[in-house]
Amino acid sequence: MYTEKVMDHFEHPRNVGEIENPSGMGTVGNAKCGDIMRIYLDIDENQIIRDVKFKTFGCGAAVATSSMATELVKGKSVQEAMAVTNKAVCEALDGLPPVKVHCSLLAEEAIHAALWDYAQKSGIQIEGLKKPKADIGEEEMEEEY
Amino acid sequence: MNEKKLIYLDNAATTKVKPEVVEAMLPYFTEYYGNPSSVYEFSEESRKGITHAREVIANALGAKTNEIYFTGCGTESDNWALKATAEAYKEKGNHIITTKIEHHAILHSCEWLEKHGVEVTYLDVDENGRISLEELEQAIRPETILISIMFANNEIGTIEPVKEIGQIARKHGILFHTDAVQAFGHEPINVDEYNIDMLSASGHKINAPKGVGFLYIRTGVKIRSFIHGGAQERKRRGGTENVAQIVGMGRAVELAMESLEQRKAKETELRDYLMEKVMSTVPYTRINGDRKNRLANNINFAFQFIEGESLLIMLDMAGICGSSGSACTSGSLDPSHVLLAIGLPHEIAHGSLRLTLSEENTKEEMDYVAETIKNVVERLRSMSPLYEDFMKKNSCVR
Repeated sequence: MYTEKVMDHFEHPRNVGEIENPSGMGTVGNAKCGDIMRIYLDIDENQIIRDVKFKTFGCGAAVATSSMATELVKGKSVQEAMAVTNKAVCEALDGLPPVKVHCSLLAEEAIHAALWDYAQKSGIQIEGLKKPKADIGEEEMEEEY
Repeated sequence: MNEKKLIYLDNAATTKVKPEVVEAMLPYFTEYYGNPSSVYEFSEESRKGITHAREVIANALGAKTNEIYFTGCGTESDNWALKATAEAYKEKGNHIITTKIEHHAILHSCEWLEKHGVEVTYLDVDENGRISLEELEQAIRPETILISIMFANNEIGTIEPVKEIGQIARKHGILFHTDAVQAFGHEPINVDEYNIDMLSASGHKINAPKGVGFLYIRTGVKIRSFIHGGAQERKRRGGTENVAQIVGMGRAVELAMESLEQRKAKETELRDYLMEKVMSTVPYTRINGDRKNRLANNINFAFQFIEGESLLIMLDMAGICGSSGSACTSGSLDPSHVLLAIGLPHEIAHGSLRLTLSEENTKEEMDYVAETIKNVVERLRSMSPLYEDFMKKNSCVR
């Protein structure tokens, strides 16, 4: 059901992990729907994305799109990262099944959310960047056995 | 390339056709291909094949042969039972009682009936998936014509209190239908002992091929045809009989009934072994479904902080076939209605894993599966933002 590229990124996801004291961090999606993506960005003084890490709770496509999105923004300028759309992520993965396209949308949103956090923290404006939609609710993670 | 390992743990989805079943079927394709409705002697073998299968199935249920009606699948049987009952008994009433954890063959038939003037009560279940007999009794109205409650649940394996349900139905003079697709051939069922008036079953869950099932209809239940056509199945189910498959199902039932107790014992042992092994090695895990009233071959885990489809793909890479109630595998945004009905929060329902065993599985396989699950869950958790947050929060509290 998935392309070889998707399976490759699922099996060997790039840039999984966390960054301590990130320049920006964004979390999108919610556990109720079964997809949460979190992106950490390390951005240098020239607004170049030095490092990027992700963590994802979700299906195979969600993991693969997160992985691909991090690859596409790594080493790029903040402005270039803005051009990484869900379509670009999809294409880079040689396509996604129609029901999974929303995963690539989530990847784009996660990057934007992390950039927004960076822009807020460093007091700059990034052209074309809008405030991300609601973050995941903390209370939804409280469930315990 | 090495031959890929295959550990098949999805027997609730479908089963392997047994070689004995294939063997029994083969002559009905090329030798005895006559139409059972034809008059000439050549068709006699086709008729005999069907008659024998009907006898085997009737015996298995403690029913009469003229109470077994062959259908195309369990879903057809469910549709027939519900829709034809609503039609035949509309003078008496328009109310059906079922549960929130039925298979979609029942739930979607009920939804359709609701659009056609039938009222349906969907009973809640407890945290183990069992209905409350008091609630069932309270739901009964003067216009209630049918109680349809599954024998055993396909996802969590919970067996309903069928005998007590049958008694209640009988006491109130209401018909009782049970979807026994997961239970028939796996649990002993006697339609008289349980006061069952209609029972749906499917061949491919018990090592017969896909595409054949039956509906048991107690003598005196006056439902009519659902598939209109010729005079087959005592004029109640049109369409030329699927002779080879019916023969195959008969043989499969024969084998299933012969081995029922020993198979149950073996599956129970393997099931409990794997459940305990995983529970003791994977933290933040729960078992869904009733621990006691449970199908011998059903395991249903929920692993916190991870998502089911990812889990399935990783298990598949290790050669293990399972299934999940996550939204991604259901084709909608919501996880399984069964897991929600037993009270699981969405995010935990997304991390469910159903493994359904067969007698062919081994203890060695269970060891490998437990080890693989442990590794895969660890790996997915290491990628999960939910797990990250949980661990950080917990380390702060301590």
